[in-house]
Amino acid sequence: MSEFLLELFYIVGCITFIVGLKMLSSPDSARKGNTIAAAGMILAIIGTILFYRNEAGEPVGNIPWIIGGLVIGGGLGYLMAVKVQMTAMPQMVSFFNGTGGACSALIAAMELFSSPSTETGFLVVAYLGIGIGTITFSGSMVAFGKLDDKISDIRSRIMPYVNLVLFAVVFGLIGYATFAPQAMGDTAGWWLLGIALIYGILFVMPIGGADMPVVIALLNSLSGIAGAFGGLLYGNRIMLIGGILVGASGLILTALMCKAMNRSLMNVLIGNFGGGASGGGGAAGDQTIREATVNDVAIMCAYASKVAIVPGYGLAVAQAQHACHEFEKLLEDKGVDVYYAIHPVAGRMPGHMNVLLAEADVPYPKLVEMDDANPIMPNTDVVIVVGANDVVNPAAETDPGSPIYGMPVIKVWEAKSVIVMKRSMRPGYAGIENPLFFHERTKMLFGDAKDTMNKLIAELKTL
Amino acid sequence: MASVATFFLENQEMIFLVILAIFLGVEVISNVPAILHTPLMSGSNAISGVVIMGSIIVIGYADPNDTLQLVLGLLAVVLGTLNVVGGFAVTGRMLAMFKKRK
Repeated sequence: MSEFLLELFYIVGCITFIVGLKMLSSPDSARKGNTIAAAGMILAIIGTILFYRNEAGEPVGNIPWIIGGLVIGGGLGYLMAVKVQMTAMPQMVSFFNGTGGACSALIAAMELFSSPSTETGFLVVAYLGIGIGTITFSGSMVAFGKLDDKISDIRSRIMPYVNLVLFAVVFGLIGYATFAPQAMGDTAGWWLLGIALIYGILFVMPIGGADMPVVIALLNSLSGIAGAFGGLLYGNRIMLIGGILVGASGLILTALMCKAMNRSLMNVLIGNFGGGASGGGGAAGDQTIREATVNDVAIMCAYASKVAIVPGYGLAVAQAQHACHEFEKLLEDKGVDVYYAIHPVAGRMPGHMNVLLAEADVPYPKLVEMDDANPIMPNTDVVIVVGANDVVNPAAETDPGSPIYGMPVIKVWEAKSVIVMKRSMRPGYAGIENPLFFHERTKMLFGDAKDTMNKLIAELKTL
Repeated sequence: MASVATFFLENQEMIFLVILAIFLGVEVISNVPAILHTPLMSGSNAISGVVIMGSIIVIGYADPNDTLQLVLGLLAVVLGTLNVVGGFAVTGRMLAMFKKRK
């Protein structure tokens, strides 16, 4: 009877995951989808505690320990989730992703060390669970540190080779330990833990800020795959299905992010971007830039009929999303049509800008995706670029020598005029010259994004 | 070859599940608009916390006198719950901000 009940709970759990994920793909149903999936998870946890039986038919023991763990983890997780600033969301997601990976690795390791089995199927699944779970853990924690500005990028020419070797060692060791189980015994598990930990750190270390969305999506996928191996190890269907669903959807998201940057996953992971090779732009010194004043910009916008705002990571750094929204509202009150044109990889994680602007109460129909924004650019009177750089770089279309050549960009230069808000003339994260700044329709407005926005707001109010 | 065949036959149900779930995962996600990428990622991240079932099973059958096993099991449960609760809570918070009209 209890086995029947357990499977019933698990089937309901699986259905909630699928329905929840499906609902997460539409803004109107997303919130409900999240709640449904969470309810399914709670159900599955309760089912496991009450109805799980081992081969001897015994129920789960050590209940106080289990409840204790649930309370500690749940309390901490909830507190962290509620306290975190919206701008710190990418690192929070990475952190939680890392704890899931650590959990996968830990349960796989405990199963491996406590079981005398040397069956090939068991060993390969256990080792893969340890390896991938550990890489997810250490990689996510480094990503967390980097996004939180606690760890800076470390790049060197030998790094890609070191990583290739480590990658080969991790999977070579898994193969060796699986097919020659007597050779190393339990020490293989320890070696694997250690090497995978180092590989996870070194593989995320050199990845630049502009590539972070790809890596975060990839790590998310890996945590699902690690979970699926846990499912195989324990013969547990809900772990398997939940893990695979996440693994597959994470891979799709990773592919989407790569496509948005016109780069292969290999290119992101091995990386030759901004590593010194991108000289380019030698003629920059001869070109002149035009500077605009706050007053000019306020008047231009107030008398325009269509204004676009293109946000980038600079907006997040300056926390300018609220000021941006206020500016947009003031313009709307004056009868100006305002929309936000958003590049898929703007910011540090997939969809970062949308979350920030939503936090500032911008209604989501105003957030226009790149592919929909580009056709309306020629009808837009003023485009304001706030802290974005590479995603509006015309060199991606015109200069085959540019490292970002071929990357889809927002064609702001097709609008009637462009205002670029920037702190200084320093190139963006990838270190690439941006001809947009010297374009005949472009004017620069220097200063911190938030300060400048506030000045614009003050100016607009006097008009 | 023979060992591959036996492995396949012994695990056919799991293999079918894996393959179907891969297609399902791809299908369910393929039409997500960019504005939902972050919540989708953190929501699916929370779902990957299903590994918590494994941690409950591990600690549930740990020897009550083996402190090391209990502590490691407890750690696994805490880590898994952090992932699940934190993930769903953060996603809920983000989604609460998406509004159609002010």
